[in-house]
Amino acid sequence: MTHVSVTVNGAMREADVEPRTLLVYFLRETLGLTGTNAGCDTSSCGSCTVLLDGESVKSCTMLAAQADGRELTTIEGMAEGDQLHPLQESFRRNHGLQCGYCTPGMIMAAASYLKENPSPSEGDVRLALEGNLCRCTGYQNIVKSILDAAGSMAGAEA
Amino acid sequence: MATTETFIGQPVLRKEDPELLTGHASYIDNWTMPGMLWMALARPPYVHATIDGIDTTEAASMPGVVGVYTATDFDLAPLPFVWPITEEIKVPVHYPLASDKVRFNGDAVAVVLAETREQALDAAEAVAVTATELPAVIDIEEAAKDEVIVHDDLGTNVVVHWSHGGGGDQSVFDSAPVIVQERYVQPRLIPNAIETRGCLAYGVPPVDEWTLVTATQIPHIAKVTLAGTTGIDEHKLRVIAPDVGGGFGSKLNVYAEEALALALARRLRRPVKWIEGRRENYVATTHGRGVLHDCTLAGTEDGTILGMKFVELADMGAYYQLLTPGIPELGGWVYMGPYDPKAYWFEFKGVVTNTTPTDAYRGAGRPEATYVIERLVDSFARRIGKDPADIRRMNLHPPHEDAQTSIMGLNVDSANYEPLLDKALGLVEYDKLRAEQRDRRERGDRTQLGIGLSTYIEMCGLAPSNILGALRYAAGGWDGATIECLPSGHVIVKTGTSPHGQSHETAWAQIVADGLGVSPDEITVLHGDTHSTPLGMDTYGSRSVAVGGVALHFAVEKIKAKARTIAAHELEVAEDDLEWADGAFRVKGAPDTAKTIPELAVSAWHAHALPAEVEPHLNATAVYDPPNFTWPAGAHVCVVEVDTETGATEIVRYVAVDDCGTIINPMIVEGQVHGGVAQGVAEALYEEAMYDESGNLTTSTMTQYLIPSATEIPAMTTDHSQETPSTTNPLGVKGIGEAGTIAAPPAVVNAVIDAVSHLGVTAIEKPASPERVWRAIQEAKGDGRAGASPGSEGGTS
Ligand code: FES
Ligand code: FES
Repeated sequence: MTHVSVTVNGAMREADVEPRTLLVYFLRETLGLTGTNAGCDTSSCGSCTVLLDGESVKSCTMLAAQADGRELTTIEGMAEGDQLHPLQESFRRNHGLQCGYCTPGMIMAAASYLKENPSPSEGDVRLALEGNLCRCTGYQNIVKSILDAAGSMAGAEA
Repeated sequence: MATTETFIGQPVLRKEDPELLTGHASYIDNWTMPGMLWMALARPPYVHATIDGIDTTEAASMPGVVGVYTATDFDLAPLPFVWPITEEIKVPVHYPLASDKVRFNGDAVAVVLAETREQALDAAEAVAVTATELPAVIDIEEAAKDEVIVHDDLGTNVVVHWSHGGGGDQSVFDSAPVIVQERYVQPRLIPNAIETRGCLAYGVPPVDEWTLVTATQIPHIAKVTLAGTTGIDEHKLRVIAPDVGGGFGSKLNVYAEEALALALARRLRRPVKWIEGRRENYVATTHGRGVLHDCTLAGTEDGTILGMKFVELADMGAYYQLLTPGIPELGGWVYMGPYDPKAYWFEFKGVVTNTTPTDAYRGAGRPEATYVIERLVDSFARRIGKDPADIRRMNLHPPHEDAQTSIMGLNVDSANYEPLLDKALGLVEYDKLRAEQRDRRERGDRTQLGIGLSTYIEMCGLAPSNILGALRYAAGGWDGATIECLPSGHVIVKTGTSPHGQSHETAWAQIVADGLGVSPDEITVLHGDTHSTPLGMDTYGSRSVAVGGVALHFAVEKIKAKARTIAAHELEVAEDDLEWADGAFRVKGAPDTAKTIPELAVSAWHAHALPAEVEPHLNATAVYDPPNFTWPAGAHVCVVEVDTETGATEIVRYVAVDDCGTIINPMIVEGQVHGGVAQGVAEALYEEAMYDESGNLTTSTMTQYLIPSATEIPAMTTDHSQETPSTTNPLGVKGIGEAGTIAAPPAVVNAVIDAVSHLGVTAIEKPASPERVWRAIQEAKGDGRAGASPGSEGGTS
């Protein structure tokens, strides 16, 4: 067993886990944070994307032990109380989700990307989403949602 | 709260979103229970082999393992197959676990229960199978030769032959001035819902009651059929579809794992959970398409289509799943397309192979049909040197507002196709594009422009039960709706449809909101639980709004009839003196004297002063069996650039004009079109399930099977301003879930061929990969076809 202690969505969480436990299952099964989904076994789909020290990672590509001592944000940590994150708001406003399975990963990937590039073009957003698959939306409204969120986040800061 | 607003036709934001956006969805893998065991299946690495022995000792002794079971440990009936489309059909026996032979990559022979997911998976790997390998047959034409037999007891691989037969003057196929003959191959596709399958079975052992929570599109059909497979009494079985992460037909099925989880939970009296891995999904969940068509078009030199004839060979896979041979049959009613041929012929043969069973994949039979029709029409246009848009326009079926019997025998509810084509051509600026294409061709540019069209019809709203009966389908096509108006003013809607991304909670609330004069915020839609919503036939075939949505309309009418009686009684007027206006029953001539539905719900609840004949409580149930199908239609145009040196294709424009009848929520309609087109583009350019020579799936992971991402899928222009109401139902709705997937593949492939047709290329198959395109160009060059004028196409006769 390996001891893992992390800060998740602002709270300190720790547990003993099997050394081979992937971060995605540590979050989902050990900590009960099931908002982060898993959709593949080849690091292809991106549904497991979370923020590790503010940057997006696919949580199926690393062990829980590798996150020890670091800070994680999952989809459950995006809203502040009843106040949805601007990305969550814009996904809703623009019908950026259908079945919703890819959505947490899309939002986390977008949150990380918008920090890097707060005013992206449509092409930029499409490129940034290359590692995140969606089978329902054809991506059009996901891209629209992210561009819209970028706009509203810039507006809020101005 | 009562409201006078109207909601049908408005882009109401989704009621589903808050949970999904905040990480609080109920997908199957989010379920856990005390005492729960994990299930895993042993799928030996054979394609076709006789099983000599299964040794479970090592697996059984591994840490955490509670039990390892093979077929002989169960007393299960075969898995359900509900569509024996002909009297003579041969039906392969399909048990949840294989015991005599492995017949495809995903066939399971043993099942393991363990305390954790990992322990179960490790033990499943350790199940040792000794087997004698047999030659495998993967290709359908090879399989049809019967040199290798998949099911010895059937004696042949050609298990079904269904002929629609012919209509009109068949001699046109020999004697018409222009005869175009083509063969089109449509590869197998892997549906790839981003959530794999999974289920959790648990129960109340003392009373022998069992619940299956499963990632399915069809909880109601699953309940009935799983009762049969497991022997659990139907009234003691409950099936719940929680939030489901996409289906696309792959969850329109009843699978071995569902039966096994139930049987094991019952045997061990503990909850049993199974979650499919993605590699497992690629072999164990149904595939789509996998068909081959020989096609003939008979026409005149001026471009009139006289007849179309299609002979299909369809890959069934190693067994039938729920509907397998019914899928090509479903396509078998739309081979006239939106055109007006005076003669047709359609028949197909189903062939078993050593591959994953095929079944519905978004569109189910209708994309396969539309693809070959639209390719053939383009081929005809090229042959006679005419513009494919002109050929389509001159052959479109004339418009009709009332239902009309098509040449293939079913009633088309309403039609108005030409404006759709004109709209699409206008939006894409067709003439300008053709001019640019000419310029590029004249200059001999490396990057050439291609414009591809697809005009389509669909047959949706499955389905009138009597027609399903005539087609030998075991179930009906009706759906149910119950509405309960609570005294608090809230309205509960129970629907028999079972969404997995299609936004029924929102759209259904809009329908009821308009009907009852309440806000959608005051309406809760329950679905997908055979306990709380017992009357249903689930979600597939673009049926939900056209059947389940219409059932709601009739339940609303019943509520209103009852509410009107109560209102008249309370207002002391005759019922005829009331009219429904602005969300309330109002006294004619004195509109301020009124009763709203929430007010009447209170009266019906306390029941202190109801008219004698009126039962307390304002509720109603309607079960609706549609009198006809619905027939959406549309025109899509795809514009591509093809690099003639590398064969690489880029979609530069995509226009989708769809007429799905009355629209409940335009935002949702648009989203359905986007997603459908994306899947169609994927089918046209990227996706194909491939096997090696010994029959192993080589595209066995998401890294090998090319699912397009946001960089490959183009931005799309959609238009749904034409709403030709369906005459089938009072809402006028037709359905939109599959339109994109039906229309897009031929639009894209036609565009790719069009881009290089001046080089002599006349055919490129799906997926039109750079390699395929490049080869087609090289072959055309080798044949000296380059420079041939559009009117002198060689390859067909
Ligand atoms: S689960 Fe698919 S990338 Fe992590
Ligand atoms: S919304 Fe279903 S996978 Fe993206």
